Amino acid sequence: MAHLEINSLVKKFAKTKAINGISLKIFDGEMVGIIGKSGAGKSTLMKLINRLIEPTSGSITYNDIEITALKGKNLREWRSECAMIFQQFNLIDRLDVLTNVLSGTLGINFKILKLFKFYNKSEKIEALTYLNNFELSDKALQRVDTLSGGQQQRVAIARAMMQNPKILLADEPISSLDPKNSKVVMDDIKRINNQNGITVICNLHSLNIAKQYCDRLIGLSEGKIVFDGNPSSLTNELAEQLYDLENE
Amino acid sequence: MSNKLLEKHLSLYSSQLKTRKLWNILVVFLLTISFLISSTIIDFNFSNIVNGVPRLGDYISQILPSLDINLIFENSETEGSIKYWYFNFKKYAFLLYETFNMAVVSTTIGFVLALILSFFSARNITPNIYGYYFVKRFLEFLRGVPEIIYAILFVWALGIGPLAGIMAISIHTTGALGKLFAEVNENVDLKSCEAIRSHGGNWLSEMRYGIIPKVLPNVISYTLLRFEINIRASTVIGFVGAGGIGQELYLVINFNYYEEVSAIILLIIITVIAIDISSSRVRQKIVGEIND
Repeated sequence: MAHLEINSLVKKFAKTKAINGISLKIFDGEMVGIIGKSGAGKSTLMKLINRLIEPTSGSITYNDIEITALKGKNLREWRSECAMIFQQFNLIDRLDVLTNVLSGTLGINFKILKLFKFYNKSEKIEALTYLNNFELSDKALQRVDTLSGGQQQRVAIARAMMQNPKILLADEPISSLDPKNSKVVMDDIKRINNQNGITVICNLHSLNIAKQYCDRLIGLSEGKIVFDGNPSSLTNELAEQLYDLENE
Repeated sequence: MSNKLLEKHLSLYSSQLKTRKLWNILVVFLLTISFLISSTIIDFNFSNIVNGVPRLGDYISQILPSLDINLIFENSETEGSIKYWYFNFKKYAFLLYETFNMAVVSTTIGFVLALILSFFSARNITPNIYGYYFVKRFLEFLRGVPEIIYAILFVWALGIGPLAGIMAISIHTTGALGKLFAEVNENVDLKSCEAIRSHGGNWLSEMRYGIIPKVLPNVISYTLLRFEINIRASTVIGFVGAGGIGQELYLVINFNYYEEVSAIILLIIITVIAIDISSSRVRQKIVGEIND
């Protein structure tokens, strides 16, 4: 079965080890929640998987291809297979919703004409279909920064879907959202996982939401894995330890 | 708060205030000394100015037209009329139009080159650090040489005419706008770039979608401001044969055609004011619309 494998991964920032020798396997179709307090290394792990940052040592492989060794076009192809959504949405504020969604194709099918906003018809139809799935088709020509936080995150998910990804990395996707919008966004992510069979790796602050939506939880503390298992097997004691609650 | 504590704070505050005052006096003293030294080096003194100003008045009175209020609207054959003063109006209008076009073309060329080079000369987004240093120094060189020097070189190489002027102003505009655009790029939030990179987008896509939409209002504002500057620059470089109304002004000054000097200067002033007003309105409108 296809899987993402991380071996003895280390990432140092100056003297601090943000990721400290992590090893794990994530299988296709899983919905994995990464939990832990701020500074545990969750976002760093996401960026390492997408190769937005370089590891200090260790390796990441996907279907036996060493991701950490990829360069140039091969690296860009990996990134397009491994879509990412962000806490602050990271959309192109001044552009319309449709162009933002279409920008998801810049990696898989780059053409100079796309720099002048010329996308082909099938891509436009696909983008509109995703927007329709997220109930945003009526906002297609609206400037993206005029939308609510929840709507913007759904635009970001639609943009990620345009990449036809095998993996979706969601870095704190609901941290900037209110509870209602958080539910809508998490439902969308779960639907993508269930219906499209896309592997989802999701950083979450809220333990309850992580337990509710994820099939498997990985607890990080000081860059190390301190828990890996089913949400049901995460005891209260372990959860408190994970979030340092006993010290507060 | 006890009286003792209050006294302690007050004494601390007054001592800090005293130190600050001393620093201010020292700075003013140093500035005065440097002003006096600089004035001595460049032989700047008020008596020269006071003695020279009347001569300036002499020249101005010489170039003023001899208009007669009773004949002001007569034909171009009648001395004392506006038409007589502006007997060469068609020629001036054409040359002003040429000057305006020189500014438009050179600002456009400078804008495009500056925008491209600014991506390489912004530290946070440059694709290559050696390229960054090279382009930064290159832009410094482009704007370090005054337009008039470029104009002299191009008049020598390409001959008298507006092409030399366009080349000169384009090069200087590239250097000046390149620096400003690079600074705007360096202050941009890179979240969108990070997202495009995470999709597998290349550097060109990052610049196009991650940077340009964010810097556009500042880029347009700086370009329109530069256009206003280039209108004036197009006039000045005409003095060395680089075309436009400046070339004609240089001729009439040299031949002591005093009334023609004032006629041309007045036209230039009116044109510059009109362009400044309309350009600043356009700038406010465009930038406002983009920001809205």
